[in-house]
Amino acid sequence: MAKLRTTAKPLFSAESATSAKFIIAVIASIGLMALDNRTDWLDDARGWLAVAGYPIHSVVQLPRQTLSRFDSALQDRRALLDRIEALEQRDLFNTVQLQKLTALETENRRLRLLLESSARLPERVIIAELIKVDTDPYRHRILLDKGWRDGVRKGQPLLTQSGIAGQIANVTPWTSDAILITDTHHALPIQIDRTGQSTIAQGSGTFHRLDLLYLPNDSDIRPDDWVSTSGLGGRFPPGYPVGTVAQVEIDTGQAFARISVHPAAQLDRVREVLIVIGYGFAADGNPLTAAQDESVNSP
Amino acid sequence: MSGIVRRRDGGLIVISFVAAVILGAVRLPTWIDLFWPSWLTMVLIFWCLHRPNRVGIATGWLFGLLTDLLRGGLLGQHALALALVAFLSRKSRSRLRLAPVWQQAISVFVFVLIERLLVVWIIDGMIGYPPQDLKFLMPVPITLLAWPLITLLLSDLGGIHHVD
Repeated sequence: MAKLRTTAKPLFSAESATSAKFIIAVIASIGLMALDNRTDWLDDARGWLAVAGYPIHSVVQLPRQTLSRFDSALQDRRALLDRIEALEQRDLFNTVQLQKLTALETENRRLRLLLESSARLPERVIIAELIKVDTDPYRHRILLDKGWRDGVRKGQPLLTQSGIAGQIANVTPWTSDAILITDTHHALPIQIDRTGQSTIAQGSGTFHRLDLLYLPNDSDIRPDDWVSTSGLGGRFPPGYPVGTVAQVEIDTGQAFARISVHPAAQLDRVREVLIVIGYGFAADGNPLTAAQDESVNSP
Repeated sequence: MSGIVRRRDGGLIVISFVAAVILGAVRLPTWIDLFWPSWLTMVLIFWCLHRPNRVGIATGWLFGLLTDLLRGGLLGQHALALALVAFLSRKSRSRLRLAPVWQQAISVFVFVLIERLLVVWIIDGMIGYPPQDLKFLMPVPITLLAWPLITLLLSDLGGIHHVD
């Protein structure tokens, strides 16, 4: 500032330009955030813009893919043989189980026909791999490598081998964003297997807990009770395992019991998920449109 | 500060930003992720201090928007935070540019702290994702330690000396 006399003019204009730019940036950011948070106008634009991020995701994926390729190339022959044997055994076991199940399913369909209720259609699923970049620890969103072109649509449920995982929140042509059931903004219609009582499981923001809402203090519910999807709301297929009741806390001063559920799917270490892209004969791959927009977001 | 010198490091600016974006997008085991510093913020501060004609608030805002797109979060959230960081570095440029590295590091610490608080505490809190512990502040001290490395590396590659 000692040389103020000679540099005052350009310095001043540069300074005020900086402030003006900053104010514009602040207004633009707040505008974007408000639009994005309050409306869904930006969803399509976001889908297309996210395509721009695709090369970056691919670069990020590269080292891990190369490593896993090396890993499988370097694996001991003996270990591989053991693994094949173990898998064959499991396959045999599963096939036997499946035969039983097919018989049961045929019988079930026949009985349902007799009762004139609609048969439950088998789900059509595709496997998607995670390409998640680090998201906030409190926001349980994942990025998957299947998108619009693979038949993925907003609202389709996500399964893992052990239980329900979440649902698709946003779709781009090649990738899709999913929200996990443990996200604090997610609510899942469930029922207690033992009693048939149905309620809503809300995400807690940690991977190992869901909270059951609106169950009165005198509900018949015990730790280790299995909880599965109820299918109410039409978004999730009914009968998929969600988890087991971990804790039942009853405070007589409160209207409802505090019940937490331990999700069956290990959501913090999933690598692959199944996306349910349709049921049975629904060829357009988008059979869930009717009741779609109720069960997401708020409980 | 001749034109020739500046034209040469245009490539370096682009490369360093791309590298920072990629480093920020890498998926890491949780225990490293917790300590992963904010590379993009540091690169932005560095160029705001040393190449103010090329890198400024608009750059910060655009790269923030890119971060938002990559993370799938609220659009504009990181854009606002990085524009703020660029603004702060521009404002304290005359004081910081020639300061010793450790002194710069302290300012960078404060900038990154403000950025994290804005992104996680204020904005995420406002849209219903309040932080449940203070783990989100872990990258801040790590950034303090990483700043000298970034400065050394980029100054060396860019031929920037502290006798300006």
